[in-house]
Amino acid sequence: MASLSVALTGNPNTGKSTIFNELTGARQKIGNWPGVTVDKKVGIVEYKGRKISVVDLPGTYSINARSQEEQVVSDYLSESKPDIVVNVVDASNMAHNLFLTVQLLEQNIPLIINLNMMDEAERHGVKIDEQALEKAFGMPVTNTIGRSNASVRTLLDVFTNTRMSNYKPSKILQEHIEKIHAIRTSDRTPEKMEEDIITARYDFIDKVMAEAVTINAADKSFVDKLDNYLSDGVSALVIMLAMFYLMFQIAFNWIGQPLADMLGEFFEENVASWATEAMISAGVADWMQSLVSDGIIAGVGAVLSFVPLIFTLFFCLSFLDGTGYMARVAFVMDPIMRRAGLSGKGIMPLIMGFGCGVPAIMGARTLDTHKDRMISILVTPFLTCNAKVPIIALFAVMFFPDNAANIVFAMYFVGLAVAILMAKVLGSTTFKGQESTFLLELPPYRIPDIKTVLLETWEKGKGYLVKAGTIIFAMSVAIWFLSSFNSDGMTDEMNESYLASIGSATSVIFAPQGYDTWEAGAAIVTGVLAKEAVVSTLGILYGADDISTEVDDAEETSATLLATSMGAAFTPLSALAFIVFTQLYSPCVTALGTIKKETHSWKWMAFAFFYTCAVAWIASLLVYQGGKILGFE
Amino acid sequence: MTKVNFMTLSEAKIGSVVRINSIEESVLTPRLMTMGLIPGTRVEVLRSAPLGDPIAIRLRAYNLAIRKDDAARIEVSPVD
Ligand SMILES: Nc1nc2c(ncn2[C@@H]2O[C@H](COP(=O)(O)OP(=O)(O)OP(=O)(O)O)[C@@H](O)[C@H]2O)c(=O)[nH]1
Ligand SMILES: [Mg+2]
Repeated sequence: MASLSVALTGNPNTGKSTIFNELTGARQKIGNWPGVTVDKKVGIVEYKGRKISVVDLPGTYSINARSQEEQVVSDYLSESKPDIVVNVVDASNMAHNLFLTVQLLEQNIPLIINLNMMDEAERHGVKIDEQALEKAFGMPVTNTIGRSNASVRTLLDVFTNTRMSNYKPSKILQEHIEKIHAIRTSDRTPEKMEEDIITARYDFIDKVMAEAVTINAADKSFVDKLDNYLSDGVSALVIMLAMFYLMFQIAFNWIGQPLADMLGEFFEENVASWATEAMISAGVADWMQSLVSDGIIAGVGAVLSFVPLIFTLFFCLSFLDGTGYMARVAFVMDPIMRRAGLSGKGIMPLIMGFGCGVPAIMGARTLDTHKDRMISILVTPFLTCNAKVPIIALFAVMFFPDNAANIVFAMYFVGLAVAILMAKVLGSTTFKGQESTFLLELPPYRIPDIKTVLLETWEKGKGYLVKAGTIIFAMSVAIWFLSSFNSDGMTDEMNESYLASIGSATSVIFAPQGYDTWEAGAAIVTGVLAKEAVVSTLGILYGADDISTEVDDAEETSATLLATSMGAAFTPLSALAFIVFTQLYSPCVTALGTIKKETHSWKWMAFAFFYTCAVAWIASLLVYQGGKILGFE
Repeated sequence: MTKVNFMTLSEAKIGSVVRINSIEESVLTPRLMTMGLIPGTRVEVLRSAPLGDPIAIRLRAYNLAIRKDDAARIEVSPVD
């Protein structure tokens, strides 16, 4: 037998994905809250001439197929019949974790019981007699520290050396299984039956724990006391706001934006002029020169200059994700979320939505009810994903130079507020009357694993770069063509181009919002394909003509360069109305595709498109007309 | 111990330790029980969220957040 299949199961947040990544070199998302992984994922590792395929499964508390994740796990185990099933157990949380272990064993699935988080168990004064545990279950027991590659790789030897068929349930386990069988075949009501089975499992676990585990209750550590401030009393609310505000300050004022400005400047001043000179000396045709500098460099450059910002933001999010703080946000926010017809748990996919809507929409699977899932999917697109960040940043820096970070913070808030408001509306109309609940394990605070944080930042940032190099590149070329041609051929007058026709057809509906220029209309249309395209389109349309001649002094940043012609097209108020619209309108095509996939319905996808556009249009209108009434411009 | 002072988990004081007597039947019961909330289990009430709801409890050496509405289905008696 050359190849070997291994499946990783266990409760949520026990370190399965961490182990999976260390084994296979994959980059599954890791986070310190329950329910990060929602679908199975296969990875391959070669070891001692054998091919081992490892499957990372979603974390579950049981396998009764009550939720989608439980379905994924039980389907996988029954259909694929992996050679080895590893039950990843949080060694510091065994009294609860072993429930799934026992349930799996009842189903005649032999297990390697892997005690992960041994470092934390030790810190909490938990001592585990592994031999006693092996004896109690009759199954092999191993231990790991998930964050240590060396420790995790010891599992490979275990995988290749273990024949699961050599292990038989222990006598006390067999007795337990018989007891369960007796309950199942008795004539109790289904509810009573289920309850008696659960009770019997915990009785068995208590027996095993008494034999194999001793806990010298350690003093409450500083970390355990953190919750007195972070999820209790007024301080919790203040800290929560401060935490997110700090994140935006870091990304938009202290580190991310300054770097982005420098990069933007570099593009404008060095890359663009260098490319132009190179092309002139090479005798490249005029139209080709225009394509490269006015199309590709202006378009892709506009998006690329935000790379430092995106990286900084991802770093912060990923760091926060690893601390366990997100679960506290869910805890604190639950009453608010509930008033909106959601549950606190819904905050976690929503927070993912601040990175990218696609995993956030998929993350809705972890929610408990159909109603929660649908609402979460439908409101996620309102949140400020990383592709929208450049839009806000661009406008904020240009039109509100003194308040840029505040504008950005406000826009995040608008996104969240609209999401919550629409959840309320959907919850009391379309999905009326369906129950929602909230039952969430609060993970211990952890120091984020710096390797994970950096890898994840790189991975996500890379995604953004790849998008800039592929979709945005292609779109920049397309936009350049559309803006340089009309039915008579090539034209120098952008105003008469194809794009101008498309843009002005769209822009008429934005007259009441104050930005009915064809450029804005065109940017909105291209933005549906990818939100970054809003910025690249504006970069091409406004960047091209002014930059070359007008500004000689190197002091000016790219933002102010762009501002010269864009500044005339928008007032601060219409700029604000424009950002609000682009914040809220249609999900990008990738997100729309994901909505289709997750809801299994074209209808819901179409609904998502139209209703977000409608909401955005109205919100934008309110900002502009409201602002005018208040005397702003 | 006299069984006069029955109360629900939602009524238990912050910081107190209680033992579960019974759980009212509902669609949620199996899920609550799977999380370890079964009769006889010791539960410590840690805190309530800043806005009053949900509450955080500790049982079986882990922390769980649960809404007061759901906690109200769980009947407990104090442990001293
Ligand atoms: N201290 C410590 N932390 C660990 C260990 N293994 C994993 N972690 C951390 O535990 C958290 C959860 O890890 P994941 O790998 O995402 O857990 P999971 O089991 O895949 O979780 P779900 O996908 O939600 O089921 C992360 O913050 C990890 O960094 C370990 O051995 N020791
Ligand atoms: Mg995982």
